[in-house]
Formats: sequence, C-alpha cells, structure tokens
Amino acid sequence: MDDTDGLLARTTERLLAEQVDDAAMRAAASGVWLEQAWSAAAELGLPLAMVEGEQGFGVALSDGFALIRLLGSRAIPLPLAETMVANLLLARAGLPVAEGVVALIPAAAGVRLDRQGEGWRARGVADRVAWGRNAAALVVEDDGRIALLTSGFEVSAAGTNLAQMPRDQLTIDGAAQVASWPGLTLLEAGALVRAVAAAGAMETLVQLCTTHVVERTQFGRAISGFQVVQHALARLASEAAAAAAAADLAVDAFVASAADAGLAIAAARSRVGEAVGVATGIAHQLHGAMGFTEEHRLHWFTTALWSWRDEFGSAGWWTRHLGAAMLARPKAAYWPTVTAV
Amino acid sequence: MANGHGGLMAMYDKLHFPSPPANDAAEALRTQVRDFLAVTISGRTPLQRAESWNGFDRDFSRALGARGWLGMTWPRRYGGHERSTHERYVVVEETLAAGAPVSAHWIADRQSGPTLLKFGTEAQREAILPRIARGDCVFCIGMSEPDAGSDLAAVRTRAEPVDGGWRVTGTKLWTTNAHEADYMILFCRTSGSAADRHKGTSQLLVDMKATEGMTVRPILDLAGQHHFNEVHFEAAFIPSAALIGVEGEGWSQVMSELAFERSGPERFLSSMQLLLELVGALQGSDSELAQAAIGRLTAHLLALRRLSRGVATMLAAGQDASTQAAIVKDLGASFEQELPEIARSLVDAEPDRRSTQDLLAVLGYTLMSAPSFSLRGGTREILRGIIARGLGLR
Repeated sequence: MDDTDGLLARTTERLLAEQVDDAAMRAAASGVWLEQAWSAAAELGLPLAMVEGEQGFGVALSDGFALIRLLGSRAIPLPLAETMVANLLLARAGLPVAEGVVALIPAAAGVRLDRQGEGWRARGVADRVAWGRNAAALVVEDDGRIALLTSGFEVSAAGTNLAQMPRDQLTIDGAAQVASWPGLTLLEAGALVRAVAAAGAMETLVQLCTTHVVERTQFGRAISGFQVVQHALARLASEAAAAAAAADLAVDAFVASAADAGLAIAAARSRVGEAVGVATGIAHQLHGAMGFTEEHRLHWFTTALWSWRDEFGSAGWWTRHLGAAMLARPKAAYWPTVTAV
Repeated sequence: MANGHGGLMAMYDKLHFPSPPANDAAEALRTQVRDFLAVTISGRTPLQRAESWNGFDRDFSRALGARGWLGMTWPRRYGGHERSTHERYVVVEETLAAGAPVSAHWIADRQSGPTLLKFGTEAQREAILPRIARGDCVFCIGMSEPDAGSDLAAVRTRAEPVDGGWRVTGTKLWTTNAHEADYMILFCRTSGSAADRHKGTSQLLVDMKATEGMTVRPILDLAGQHHFNEVHFEAAFIPSAALIGVEGEGWSQVMSELAFERSGPERFLSSMQLLLELVGALQGSDSELAQAAIGRLTAHLLALRRLSRGVATMLAAGQDASTQAAIVKDLGASFEQELPEIARSLVDAEPDRRSTQDLLAVLGYTLMSAPSFSLRGGTREILRGIIARGLGLR
C-alpha cells in the first residue's frame, strides 16, 4: 500500500487528535493506560501497518516512518511506534506477528536465548522496557537470533522516563519462537524509531515557539519583533531541520537495506541528540516561566525529547560508535563513506 | 497539531527538506570525477588542497571544462551540457572534497553564468557562456562597497546615462579575484539615490580587461594573502550593451544571484582537508575523546550534506529555496568554524602554516580562514534574519 496521497497519515492524525487530547495526555502522565486510544489505533491497523503480505497492511516503509514522525510530533504516550517496527521485524524474520503491545529487547539487555529440548527459552532481566507493564509480547535479540515471546515475563520493577512514559524492568523466563537474524540489530531499529519521533517532536517545538512569540506581548509589542528572539528561533529551526535531515537519512538507509544503514542510524542519533539539547533550551527560554509549568503543554515535548535522545543507546554512545567506525577505516575511505551513507 | 495560524503548515515543510532522489547517472559520474581528480591534482599537498576555494589555476579549470563539467546544466547552444542539477552537484562536491583549485571557474560556474542565462541578453549569453563552460572565463562579484556590506541596498556606485552607455563612479570592496577576472557583474545604482534603497538599481557586465577609468587595488587578508581587492571606478565608460536584464530591476536580480551563491555544498566543505587530516592523525584511535569528536563531526557532515542535497532537489524542481539555503549556510559555517577548535583540542602541538606536518599546516591555514566562513556570502546575522522571515516572524 502506497500512502503518497497521505490518506493514512491524515486518518491517523484525525484519530490522534480525537483520541489523545490534552486531558488524555495528562491522564497518561499520571499513569493511566490510554486503552481507548490504543484500541482505535489498533482498529485502524497501525500496529501492523508496515507488515507486508497477508499478516499486515504493507504500507511503504517510508510512509510507515512518516507515521512514526507524526506520533513523535504529538508525543503520543502509547507504544505504537515500537509495536509497528517490532511487527515489521518479526514478519521479516519469518515469525508470526503479535497481538497487542510489543516491546523491543535489544541484545545489550543481556537476555539469553538457549535451546530447550526441541525449542528455545528466553531468560534474563531487561531494564527500562517501554510499556513493559502493557506488553503482550516481546521481541528479544541474542547472538544473531531474534525471538518472539508471548508469555513467561513479568514486571519486576515499574518505572518511567522523564516524560512519565512507562519504562519497566521485566524478568523473563519463557518459551520463545526463534529465527536467525542477519538484519539490523534491535538496538539500531529502536534507535531509529526514537530518532524519527524526536525529529517530529522538534518540529512541534518550532511550531509552539513560533505561535508563542507572535502572540506574546512585552514592552508593548509582540516579542517576535525583537531581533534577539528572531535569531533564537532561527537557530531552533535550523537544529530542527538538521535533526529531520539526519533522521531522514537513516530512514532512507533502512528502507534501502543499505550496507551502511547502521552508520546512518548512529549519525542520526548523534545529530538528533545534540539538536535536542539546543532546541529544548531555546524553546524553554522563549516560553519564559509559563513554559516551565506543568499546566503548559511545552514540557510534554521537551521531557519526551530529553528521554528519547538517550533511549536505545545514549546519544554519547552512538556518537562514539560512529566515530570509532569512521576511524577504523583508512583516511582515504572517509569521504567515500560519507557519500555512500 | 490544531492551530489558528494558516501559514504554519507551509513553515514545517520548509524545515523538512525534500529527499534527494536516487540518481544512477550522478553516481556513475562520481566515479569518473574521482578518477579524473586522482590523476589531475595528485601533486597537490594537503595545505594546497586546503586552499581549494582560493586555489587559482586556469589550467585546472580548462581541464574540468574539457571534460564537460562546467556549465553542466546549461543549454547546449550556449556551450552547456544539459546535465541534471544532481550531476552538477556531484562534480562540485567531489572537487571541493578533494581540495581541487576551483577559484578560476568557481564564481562564473556557480552564479555569474546562471545570472547571464536567466537575465542576460542573447549577445551576452552567446559571447560568454561558452567561455565559462570551457573553463576559460573568470568572473568576480561587484556587490559589496565600503558603506554597503550586509546592507547591500545602500550601494552608492552610480552609473550615469551618457551617449551609448553609462559613466560609472564608485568603489567596490572585498572583490575576490578582481585582479585575475575577465568580467565583473556590477551591482550599481542607475537612477535615484541610496535613500531609494531597492529601487533604481541595475546589473552591468563589466569587461575587467578593457575598461578605462577602473583601477584594482589589492587588499591582503589577515593571513597576508591576496584574494580580494578594492575596485575603483572613476567615470568609467560602460557601453549600453552591458546592461544585464532590466534597468531598475537590479535588486530582484541580485537576490536571485545570491540564492545561487548560498545554496551549494561549498558552505560546509571548504574545510574538508582539515577533517581528513584529523581523521588520518587519529586513525584507529581507541581514545573515547577522539571517537566522540570524529563521531560528532561526521554526524554534522552527514546531516549538512543531506540538507544541501535537499536544497539542490528543490532548485532542480524550480522551487524557491532561499530559507533552506540560509539554514544550510548558517549551520555549515558554524560546523566549519568549530572544526579547527575541535582539532586543536585533540592535537598537542601548535598550529603552523609552515609546518612540515600536514595536519598542523592545514590547521594553521583553516584557523586563519575561519572568521570569513560566517561573513562571506551573507553574514550569520543576515542569514538568521532570512530564516526568521521564512518562519513568518518578519
């Protein structure tokens, strides 16, 4: 399915506007699971949107990531993006797709996949699993394999990220359906999801700030008339543009199954991570004290950005990872690598 | 997001640059350009490569022209090659990344030629565009003046109409390559006064080799190098056939020319040699400091290249990319100015342009060039004003 006319994007946008209003955002921040919004999104087919063949809807991958960007631009407090990508990877590995919320458990979490009789068993403790408390299934990676678990895990410690989105510790000991996995790691897939969502949220920061400085009056004039404000917003916009470009680069590399897709994702996480610091700082400065309150919507986006930039690998780790990869190649390969990514 | 500002959706599109299309022809060309450069500039030292922008070599420009790599997108009847914008982009970025001496064709291929193609008379196009495409015609830019820097509309250089043309009086400043150039595109006032601002300005094609009453005086930069000049006109006669476009429409024409000047990959690739030398020096390093620095610079470079190719994609589609070009140039200048500072932090030696160690020589050169990165082709302050206008704040 090709969403070049943007029908799916518009339908999704309408659904999100109806289902996740400001009251829902506040409810989610207080720990409420937005069941009605999730059900509506599931009914629309979002969790299986990117899955090809009979199991899913076969939305073009680039359109699927455009939906993830949209989810990020609204800081939607539901694990839709993770579930979309988890199902895509499951289908690619030849495993069944899952019903309900799916969580990604990268190899770095240290959950082991071991043979048990004819089958496989997953064992270990995974920290900071997104919406672990709501997960109906897990996708676990270990030693070149990925596995689907639909039971045998429980929350051993509940937690949240800075945006009050659940990040739970899961204790896992359950039977797993396993497939070999030569593709991008779950860490890379999860990192890509966060980069794209962050690019969307930064777009919203520009929007909130532009609206605010045009409407806010001080010294008898709209503060948008002050050059220092204009230049701050120009810088914010430039960082948002750079973050979007870096995320797009990574999406394109993922879609094309490019050999250097891992480098593109690392670059996206590094650039997005830096942009988040600059952009959130400017956004709060422009909003003044009113943007520092729980009542104002700004913090839904800035707190999500502060968390997303360090989930599935911190921005610092991704930056060093990219640097080490570039320094492992000869100097003469540097520029050709840049043009190939 | 629901909002009451109708123009906002257009604003977001401005920040989400289009994806550059996959282009097999351009990638095939990339290999040819690399092979050509590997032979043609094999003798250039890293320091010479770092001077890329300022490397003046008519032979190199002619060699590039002979390969059909100048005036690439122009019609064949003007000596062009009717290649795509993306193919031209490949040639530009590969020559810059390799540190080839581009100064003798650079300005003509990038902005003077396109300005003549867009606004010039048929005679001007026929006479000059084929020469540019051969790499045989050097241009300089006659915009800035002593009292008109960022405030370009304040130009005072004046062309008084006389029999058969104009008498031009005034002074142009910071004119790169005026001492080498065959032509200048002169932005001047043909009616009214400086108080009229945008009105009454025009562009004239000045023959730098055969104009009486014009003197070129060198201005050395802080590194003691001679690239820019002061060009003084004292009742210099310019024939009426030299008018480019429409008299009085100079402002909109010059804005169009600046869009060409600000949109290219040179805005983040002019310090590439320093990054390459740094990568060479830190090769295989297990220092986390080195990895973090190279990772960060690489991430910036990849994002800038993606943005810049997005601008090229917009220009290829005939879209206005002035806001986007300003974003790339502003981010690119900041990236290039940070580069020598980051390199310094990783190398325990003094920068020295005469050092026998390539990294230190290139570092010295780049450090002394860096202040110009956020001045040339539009200052940081002017660019941020353009971006703010694009966001609807001005």
